[in-house]
Formats: sequence, C-alpha cells, structure tokens
Amino acid sequence: MKAIIEASHLMKVYKTGGIETLAVNDVSFEIKEGEFVAIMGPSGSGKSTLMHILGALDKPTSGKYILDGENVENLDDDELSDIRNRKIGFVFQAFNLLPRITTLKNVMLPMAYADVPLEEREEIATRFLKMVGLSDRMHHTSNQISGGQQQRVAIARSLVMNPALILADEPTGNIASAQAEEIMEIFQKLNDDGHTIVMITHEPDIAEHAKRIIHIKDGRIDSDKNIHQKRLVQLKRP
Amino acid sequence: MKITELFWESLGTLTLNKTRTGLAILGIVIGIGSVIALISLGQATQLSIQSQIESLGANLLTINPGSQRSGAVRGAPGGSTTLTNADATAIATSTQITTINSVSAEYSGRAQVIAGGNNANSQITGVQPTYLSIHKLAMDSGVFISETDEANMNKVAVLGPGIVADLFTDGSSPIGQTIRIKGQIFTIIGITVSKGGNGFNNQDSAIYVPLSTAQKQIFGVSYLTSIAMEAKSSEVMTAAQDEVGYFLLARHKITDPTKADFSIFSQQDILTTATSTTGTFTTLLSGVAAISLLVGGIGIMNIMLVTVTERTREIGLRKALGAKKKTITTQFLTESIILTFTGGIVGVMVGVLASFIISKVSSSLFVISPYSILLAFVVSAGIGILFGWYPAKRASNLQPIEALRYE
Repeated sequence: MKAIIEASHLMKVYKTGGIETLAVNDVSFEIKEGEFVAIMGPSGSGKSTLMHILGALDKPTSGKYILDGENVENLDDDELSDIRNRKIGFVFQAFNLLPRITTLKNVMLPMAYADVPLEEREEIATRFLKMVGLSDRMHHTSNQISGGQQQRVAIARSLVMNPALILADEPTGNIASAQAEEIMEIFQKLNDDGHTIVMITHEPDIAEHAKRIIHIKDGRIDSDKNIHQKRLVQLKRP
Repeated sequence: MKITELFWESLGTLTLNKTRTGLAILGIVIGIGSVIALISLGQATQLSIQSQIESLGANLLTINPGSQRSGAVRGAPGGSTTLTNADATAIATSTQITTINSVSAEYSGRAQVIAGGNNANSQITGVQPTYLSIHKLAMDSGVFISETDEANMNKVAVLGPGIVADLFTDGSSPIGQTIRIKGQIFTIIGITVSKGGNGFNNQDSAIYVPLSTAQKQIFGVSYLTSIAMEAKSSEVMTAAQDEVGYFLLARHKITDPTKADFSIFSQQDILTTATSTTGTFTTLLSGVAAISLLVGGIGIMNIMLVTVTERTREIGLRKALGAKKKTITTQFLTESIILTFTGGIVGVMVGVLASFIISKVSSSLFVISPYSILLAFVVSAGIGILFGWYPAKRASNLQPIEALRYE
C-alpha cells in the first residue's frame, strides 16, 4: 500500500504578543492508502493545528509533509488551493455549506474550481447525493434540511473530486447522536470501498469507528494504535 | 471558473439582498444621472447663447469710441466723442480697405417717448439704411429708414416689436401714427421683426430714426456712438479688424496703437468669450456631478467591504475547496462591476429624462451628446473596478483557516 500521508518532524509555532506557543511539536507518522484513522486529543492538544497542516490549509513551521506523493512545503497560496481541490475532501464540524443555494449546487462547487464541464458536474453531484441517500433533497437549500442531512451533503461534496484523502474535522460535533451513527456508517462504508479517511475528534465512541487511533497530547503523539475490533455502527432502525 | 459562470453567480448573490443592492446602485444612478443632465444643460446653454450671438450678425465688427488710456484710467467705451460721420464715410469709401462689405454709422441715446397716453424711456438709435442688413434685422411691416429720410432729416421712426407692445396697448396698427420723441413729432413708417434678443442691446425695444435726425434734431451732437461694419466673410474678420484699425489710427494721427481713441470688437470675440464662459460653467457643473459620482463609488466600496466581512466564512470555504486568489478577486470584482454598470445604465436613462424635463420646463434646447453617455459608461465601469478592487483583493487574501474559524 502506498503512503497517502508522510509527515516527518512537523513543528508549528505560533507567536502571539512575543510569546511562542508550540502547537505541534515534532510529530512524525505515516498513513497508508485505505486506512481509517482517528486523531484524538483534548482541546488545546494541537489536533486542530495538525489537521490544518494535513489539510494543506496551513504550512508547518518546520518538518516535511508529503501528501499523496506531493511535497506541500514550497507551495504558494494558489498551488495549495489546487492541492486541496484535487487531493482532499473536507468534512467540517459546522458543515460549511453555502446557504441559499441548493444542495446539488453545493456538491458541484469543488468541480467548478477544477473546470469540470457543467453537465459532468451535475451528473457526478447527483450520483454522490444519491449515494448518501439524499437524492430527494437535491433541490432543497441547505437551511431547509436537518443537521445530519447537511453533513451528508458535505460528505457528498468531499467525494466529487475523487480525493486521495477525506479529512473530517469533528464531523459529528454538531449533530444528534442518532444521526451521528448514520454519518459514521457512511464513513465506514467509504473506507470499505477503499477511501482513506482521517478524522479529528475528541469523542472516544466516535473514534472507535476507526481502525487506528492516534492520541495527541501537548502537541506530541501520545499513542498510536491499531484497533483490531473496530466498533460497528449500531443503527436503531425499526 | 468561467467568467460567464461567475457572472451568473454574482448576479444571484446580488439579488439575495435587494435593498442593499438597490441602495448601492442608487448612489451610482444619482452620480451618472447628474453628470449627464448637467453636461446636457451646459451644452444647451452654450448652443443657445451661440445662436443668439450669431443672430446679431456673424461677420459683424463694431468700432466704439474712447478706450484711450489717460494715465491709469481707461475711458468707458462710448463716453467720448472721437468717432465722427467723416470716419464712417472714409472707411466706406477708402480704397485701402478691401475686407469690408458695408458700413453703418450709428448714434444711440435714451430719450422720453410718448404715444397717446403711454410713455416710455427708450433707446433711440440714429441709423443709416445699411443698418438693416448689417445687423440682420428684418421688417415685419412698413419700410426701414431710407437714403431720402437720411438726406432730408425726415422725422420718421421704425419701432421694435417690444416698444410697440409698450406704447400701443390698444392693439391698433402703429404704422402711420405718430409718437413724440423729446417733444418732437415722428411718423411711424415700419416695425421690425422680433429677434427675441436679450442681454446686450435688446433690439426689440429700440426705436430707429435717421442718423441725421438723431444727431441734429434730437440729441444735438455731431459724433457717433458706434460704427458697425460687415466683413466679407468670417475668415477675414481678423484682417478686417487690423485694416480698419490702422486706417483709423492714421486718420486720427495716432502712432502708438496702445493709445488708440477707439476700439474694435468683432462678434467673434464676443462669441469666444461667451463660449468660454459657458464652457467654464459646464465644467463647474460637471465637477459638482463628478463629486456625487465619487460619493456613489465610495458607497459601492463600502457595500463591498461589508459584503466581504459578512461572507468571510464563505470565502474561506471556497478557498478550502480549491478557489484560487484570482477566482475570488474576479468574483467580487464582477459583483461591483455589475452594481456600477447597472447604476450606469439606469443613470443614463434618468439623466436623459431629467435633461428632457429641464429643456421642456425652461423651453431650451434638448442636447444629449453621445460622448457624455459613452463617458458615463466608461466611468461607471471604471468606478466598479477602482472601488471594487480593494474589497476584492482583501477577500482573495483571506487565509482559509482564519476565514473558516470566523464566526
């Protein structure tokens, strides 16, 4: 299996008012294709900063980060945009759908930045909305659907560019637990289909859906273990 | 992203907040509208002044006496007695002067005029028959002063339509009736056509009598208040001015042209002065309008800055999903250009309508130059780019993590 993420000696230092804060301190790890990794840690542990670096939203102060064979180190803003567009599918805690436009248009958005022809965009977006079970909500705007449905739209959006990595930041943080299970079911299914998923969370029972859990504490990796018995989604369906 | 796609997306965004979009556009509408209306007003004024001056005779040269400098005091034109009938005759008969068609010697003064129960203080102008053609005057009824009237010092008068209305209030035809000028009885032989003139010399309220009669019978003088001449064409105006000037200097035995005891004006001079005056006026008005356009532009910038702040999360998300700086810049620039361009189009319509109403109300000319409309379009699009640039740049430079964190 090839490595999707190769992180070696990542450091991130913030300077605020002359005081240096070490958010990420010498972190090295590798994530291979097809893995489902949960990155856990209490708030302030540096897991969000790490997620920003892994998502090419921010650059490390030092260290080397290779994403799907591409070195992110020396890229400018536009090249980073391009990397994010092609290689990463984001799923955010706050869903981050554009309000007032339809879920279909939301899902089509990343393809617009990649200049995919319009008809193709519509076809692909429709396919993924169907996959997350929302083909009957395609023409609703995002404020007309529930939180769980919004997150499923966001997952559909993260998939349309066929990314090397799905990066989910507290994907269940803003939704009810029953719907959270549905989201985790989708992630597990995607992983079974071969997608590489990295999920940031602070909830142990959510993290247990993954195959591997990395604990972050004070900017360092505290533990990194594979779970042999991953938790299976228990849906309370009639 | 293609520009057409960005255009439709921007249009969609703008229609979401109709009140705000409308108010932003209104600023540009007022700016462009006032530029169009005020330029039109200025040009209409300029044209009407031009046509009025030209109606007084385009190739007209006028010699006024006086104007010689005595020390620091410049004598008021018309205040001295240096211009004589002999001067006029000499100019008319001189073989040296080749650029002048005809000459009209004139004496003007004010006197009390009585007709029946009405009286008026009117301008009495002593004229020769050449006056009619030189001053582009036409007869409404009756005849003008003739050579015979002039030679025989006849007590006949030609009235302007304005003075007719003042003196003959009963509506009867004044021709053949008499008026008293300074107590002397004059027979009315003709009425001139209205020239609608105002300002300067209002020819409509003038009374014309033979020059000899005016000088000897009414005012008791032997000099002239002006000599009017018609040049052969408008091209020789300057040459004519010089020819007549040097001729008169020689006649008056004056060697230094700065000490001349007369001055020559051409209609062209007055036209130039009036045109440049109204030109200044138009520039001033346009300046005022340009300020309102600037204020409108700042309004656009303000709205766009608010929009950028409001949509920080959206911009962050777009960048996270792969939008490049250029795409974000273009998106926001497109929005501001749509705002100003729409404002420009509506502004042109409002401006044209306003000019039309102004021209109707003030019964002046309705002039819209295509140049000012073109200017309005270029300026409004320019304002969109100029004032949209900074907010757009700010949007494109937002870091996606900062923007996504923003609440």
